[in-house]
Amino acid sequence: MLFAQLRPAIVSFILFTVLTGVLYPLLVTGIAQTAFHKRAEGSLIVSADGKILGSSLIGQNFDDPKYFWGRISATSPAYNASSSSGSNLGPSNPALLDEVKGRISALKAADPGNNDPIPVDLVTSSGSGLDPHISLAAARYQLARVARVRGLSADAVQQIIDQNTQGRLLGILGEPVVNVLQVNLALDQYKK
Amino acid sequence: MSLNDFIQAAFFLVAVLLTVKPFGTYMARIYEGSPAGLNVWLAPVERGFYRLCGVKPEEGMSWKTYAFAMILFNILGVLVVYAFQRLQAALPLNPMAMPAVSPDSSFNTAVSFASNTNWQGYGGESTMSYLTQMSALVVQNFVSAATGMAILVAIIRGFIQKQMNTIGNFWVDMVRTVLYILIPLSIVFALALSWQGIPQTFSKSAAATYLQTEKDSNGKPVTEQDIALGPVASQISIKQLGSNGGGFYNVNSAHPFENPTPLSNFLEMLAIFLIPIGLCYTFGYMVRDRRQGWAIIAAMFIIFLPCLWFGIQIEQQGNPLLAKLGVDQSATAFQPGGNMEGKEARFGIANSAIWAVTTTAIANGSVNSMHDSYMPLSGMIPLWLIQIGEVDFGGVGCGLYGMLGFIIVAVFIAGLMIGRTPEYLGKKIEAFEMKMASLVAVIPHLFILIPTAIAVLTVAGKAGISNPGPHGFSEILYAFSSAAGNNGSAFGGINANTVFYNVMTAISMLFGRYWLAIPMLAIAGSLSAKKIIPTTQGTLPTHTPLFIIFLVMVVLVIGALVFFPALALGPIVEHLMLK
Repeated sequence: MLFAQLRPAIVSFILFTVLTGVLYPLLVTGIAQTAFHKRAEGSLIVSADGKILGSSLIGQNFDDPKYFWGRISATSPAYNASSSSGSNLGPSNPALLDEVKGRISALKAADPGNNDPIPVDLVTSSGSGLDPHISLAAARYQLARVARVRGLSADAVQQIIDQNTQGRLLGILGEPVVNVLQVNLALDQYKK
Repeated sequence: MSLNDFIQAAFFLVAVLLTVKPFGTYMARIYEGSPAGLNVWLAPVERGFYRLCGVKPEEGMSWKTYAFAMILFNILGVLVVYAFQRLQAALPLNPMAMPAVSPDSSFNTAVSFASNTNWQGYGGESTMSYLTQMSALVVQNFVSAATGMAILVAIIRGFIQKQMNTIGNFWVDMVRTVLYILIPLSIVFALALSWQGIPQTFSKSAAATYLQTEKDSNGKPVTEQDIALGPVASQISIKQLGSNGGGFYNVNSAHPFENPTPLSNFLEMLAIFLIPIGLCYTFGYMVRDRRQGWAIIAAMFIIFLPCLWFGIQIEQQGNPLLAKLGVDQSATAFQPGGNMEGKEARFGIANSAIWAVTTTAIANGSVNSMHDSYMPLSGMIPLWLIQIGEVDFGGVGCGLYGMLGFIIVAVFIAGLMIGRTPEYLGKKIEAFEMKMASLVAVIPHLFILIPTAIAVLTVAGKAGISNPGPHGFSEILYAFSSAAGNNGSAFGGINANTVFYNVMTAISMLFGRYWLAIPMLAIAGSLSAKKIIPTTQGTLPTHTPLFIIFLVMVVLVIGALVFFPALALGPIVEHLMLK
């Protein structure tokens, strides 16, 4: 019984490896690189002078009041795109409360006059530590602060937010979100 | 549950149900060898495969030979995946210069991928070379899924065949599964996902300049963001389709590169469901009584739907401790609200909770949010769905054959209650089948509860805990449930990349996989040799609502009550402490 099955086991293993571990990924790479080259390379944002500014799918860390802030990142350092991680803090863990309280006081310190309730996604860690988005509520909460620090009108900032907002697909799937890095890049490039 | 939560869940389930009949029929025709498009065009490839392997496709195997071939092929898989990891530093396609993986972690990962568990003690982007991911792990994603499906088809033959001593040819079942079902589907999904933004490249990671300079833990400035890339899309499609769940990146499908958009999320969730639910229809088609397939689907939904509702509901309510701090957790037009810790903004509550319930009901184990940060009761749902034996859809092939084990138990108990000879689909269920089915029902319990007990009693076991109190116990219980159930998801805070957990979870994975597969193949052999009894007035019908409810009760009593004490010590205590 042993020897009768040994040859099919070894030969089929080699054939399956060639088929699914070499030819299949190469075929997908070939088509993806041709048809969606930019996305296949990580949806990188490149400046006019050729510098890579980031990826439109990967968040960056912001705690300067002139920028919109994103989700808390549990990676080390924050938004480490070569080692993704969630906080994995349980709902009853005191460390979770410390993290939330820390974010609340940082937000309050950056914008003392703002007494609106803080949207939950702004005080919690994302699953990946690289979440590029915040909710519309989280963008609205920060709008007045960013406008004031930059000396822009609220309408101008709102317009930039709208330009970098994705709605639900077909009005059904997903959640409406704002891309934090793209908003901040647009703010830096905005001419009054 | 907000209106949007409901709409998204309903939209998803309707899409899933629409695939059942066409795709289930296609798979049945592939396994029966009747013309179904691809198997006509690619027939020369299939024949060439057999010639090179020296396989005579028309030659059947006894159940023992079938089981032996399956085990031999799986041992080979473990050895090769182990070797790839240990040697990756010396092999090509390693642009990030990843060193060799440690022996215990390599062993754990090899077992994990061969057994279709895809439990990951490592972080993909910081551990594995492109070659290891693509030519070791992806290959196992295909063949471990095909192994489960092949075993299922052999068991279905046991019900169809009359007085035969063979149950089909393992190599033929494997080749047909990979060639006609898994590869074509994977290509389609991989291209759709790369269109949505999942990278597919052999370039090394990209170095971006931070807009606002970052500081590391020592306060030193960091100006560059190193963005890990790789051949991701081709790995993600099969990891979703084949109930594998092993991610390219550490955080799996929560990573924006593994799941960038609501559409990619929808496709990946659909891919989790596609084959397991389709196989129920395939089963009905092959036994020439489609009602039997629909009855199983109905029983599975009776368990699945309340879990889905409950999971979304609890997550949407948010965390009472955060509410006390004045955080806004309400669902509005501007935010999903709810418990957003460990979740991605683009998925919100609905898509995170639907995924968590789906990936554990079906033994997929991929995640798009961190289960460790779920509220105690909504985190209990995934845990409990794994513990009932991964039969509520379950993994590709193995979920349905596990459920067939429960059906045998149910038919037997029902037969005792009404004083008739137990039979299912015209085959008498006797002492041998019942003994084997009992093994299938009980073995996962042993390999969840005993290792959990060992872990909480030893220093090495307790060292893995990351959250204090009852939540820490839940982390250990989840780890062994996931391993024995061949799920692969985790309460991810647990530090499982230690010799203790690498060895202990590997043992649970091995027994949870093969000690279920082998008894089920024995049942197939035994049933295959029996006559088919004609249906009479005295036959217990197995497609009626009465039997469906009875089956659900059997699954719940056997699979669920056992774990109640353990769940009471973990999630339930934690829930009471939160008040």
